[in-house]
Amino acid sequence: MATKFILEFEKPIFELEQKINEMRSLDNDLDIGEEIEYLEKKMEDLRVNVFKNLTRWQRVQIARHPERLITMDYIKNMFEDFNELHGDRKFGDDHAIVGGIAKFQGTSVMVVGHQKGRDTKSNLYRNFGMPNPEGYRKAQRLFRLAEKFNKPIISFLDTPGAFPGIEAEERGQAEAIAHNLLVMAQLKVPILIIVIGEGASGGAIGIGVGDRVLMLENAWYSVISPESCSSILWRSWDFKEQAAEALKLTAPDLKKYNIIDSIVPEPVGGVHRNPTQMFETLSKVIREELDKLMSIPIDVLVPMRREKFMNMGVWKQG
Amino acid sequence: MAWFVRSKKNIEKSQHRDMPDGLWTKCPSCNEIIYKAELEENYFTCKKCDYHFRIGSNDYINILLDEDSFEETNTDIRSADPLKFVDTKAYSDRLKVSNGKSKLNDALTTGTGRIDKREIVLACMNFSFIGGSMGSVVGEKFLRAGLQALEKRVPYISIAASGGARMQEAALSLMQMAKTGAVLAELAEAKVPYISILTDPTTGGVSASFAMLGDLNIAEPGALIGFAGPRVIEETIKKKLPAGFQRAEFLLEKGFLDMIVKRREMRKTLIEVLNWLE
Repeated sequence: MATKFILEFEKPIFELEQKINEMRSLDNDLDIGEEIEYLEKKMEDLRVNVFKNLTRWQRVQIARHPERLITMDYIKNMFEDFNELHGDRKFGDDHAIVGGIAKFQGTSVMVVGHQKGRDTKSNLYRNFGMPNPEGYRKAQRLFRLAEKFNKPIISFLDTPGAFPGIEAEERGQAEAIAHNLLVMAQLKVPILIIVIGEGASGGAIGIGVGDRVLMLENAWYSVISPESCSSILWRSWDFKEQAAEALKLTAPDLKKYNIIDSIVPEPVGGVHRNPTQMFETLSKVIREELDKLMSIPIDVLVPMRREKFMNMGVWKQG
Repeated sequence: MAWFVRSKKNIEKSQHRDMPDGLWTKCPSCNEIIYKAELEENYFTCKKCDYHFRIGSNDYINILLDEDSFEETNTDIRSADPLKFVDTKAYSDRLKVSNGKSKLNDALTTGTGRIDKREIVLACMNFSFIGGSMGSVVGEKFLRAGLQALEKRVPYISIAASGGARMQEAALSLMQMAKTGAVLAELAEAKVPYISILTDPTTGGVSASFAMLGDLNIAEPGALIGFAGPRVIEETIKKKLPAGFQRAEFLLEKGFLDMIVKRREMRKTLIEVLNWLE
């Protein structure tokens, strides 16, 4: 896929690509087919090599890529008959969390997720994917609705954090998130969590408690963003790369600590390089996961979910 | 007209200090010079302005529980520094310093005890231990204490004092929020009472998990309670916050607390609540 946004570490690949394109547009009389073929192979090798050895900070950049797929892209392309449901019935409708009823390959599901924007205008509308309390309360309402009608829940995580604003505090951001943690531990329907981009802090886990937690290869998930961590612990914004390393916030890191269950591979270069391939891969994974979860009796599944989170953490005793 | 009026200026972080050594201390709120023995007698609150000093688990145990009834549990759980976290200092060194200074093994003390002869399980945070931050140890101890209350079918009382999740354990810390939620789900279903006491400060991952999930949420006067810290909010909105913002009185007005109880009244209130629950 053609891309307008080139990350710093992608530049050598992009330059090669440009060179190849230039050569292609040259006069056909010249016999440079072999040369092009050689360069193409070189470019592919370079691409594979660069993306195999990403630093944690580079992954964070991919997770935030302006063209990265966002929740509604997945909903539109992998689900049918989506009907968005709005509002928390208490205060308002938060635009940073979307949700609704949908069919996934014939299965009725409730799908919920953080929603970022694509450009300045839509990002302002979506508050950059930073929910207010009514967003978490809307999510909870939809979760309860799913439970009432016995439909599994799929929740997409992609937020730079819950919104830290005056009104958010006035309306109880902490209580809204806390209550979701309790409710999600109780819901008597299967819950599948997928971290698709940024999983920042309480704002992410506020819709992130489930039976299975999947994470896209280049997504990140942690207690704080590398920038804020740098600002607090290093007292400067300049240590974000070190902070990203220290936080061990990538999918492979989290798999190691049993915080996530599995990693969903992305197309080389990131989701945005080949959305079609991503939808195919993820659809297959969701189908498998849903089938597995739906085959487990709910009175077994809920205690398993609690056990899963109760086991999280690393400490020493004695 | 503001919804309530406070005489005291708001969020000046530097005014909060741990109790300095020496015979005398100064009230950070009204600058009254207080004789320390007198301060202790007065539940570590200022006689003049009722400012509630930050205190740790030992003092809360003395103030709230029946004499000599406390038996500490889970004393041998310690942080393993799973991520080998290093910022300007190694996390393992920060732990050592905190261990030495506070004589605590982490930011949460758990145990069983009695309040007016009624058995309870207590989980009390210590702000002096890395800002009362919640990492794996705090989560695990909160869980075990909760399960003990569940097993004994006695009320579970927590006292929060925390800046939030412990950054040095990154995603593992974040998961502790869900962990505390999971054990409280168990208690809720078994109808085992859970009382949350929120003290100064209760913010971040602790306010957004167990501290806000009490059957009763009780705060001390003036306690800073919120999701985002005042500094973060000010940086986001590029404005000064109004006086009294995120203080217990503010949260009570907004509907997130059942009551505000002065420290000197807290034991009496708990007795009445436990009595009602019986």
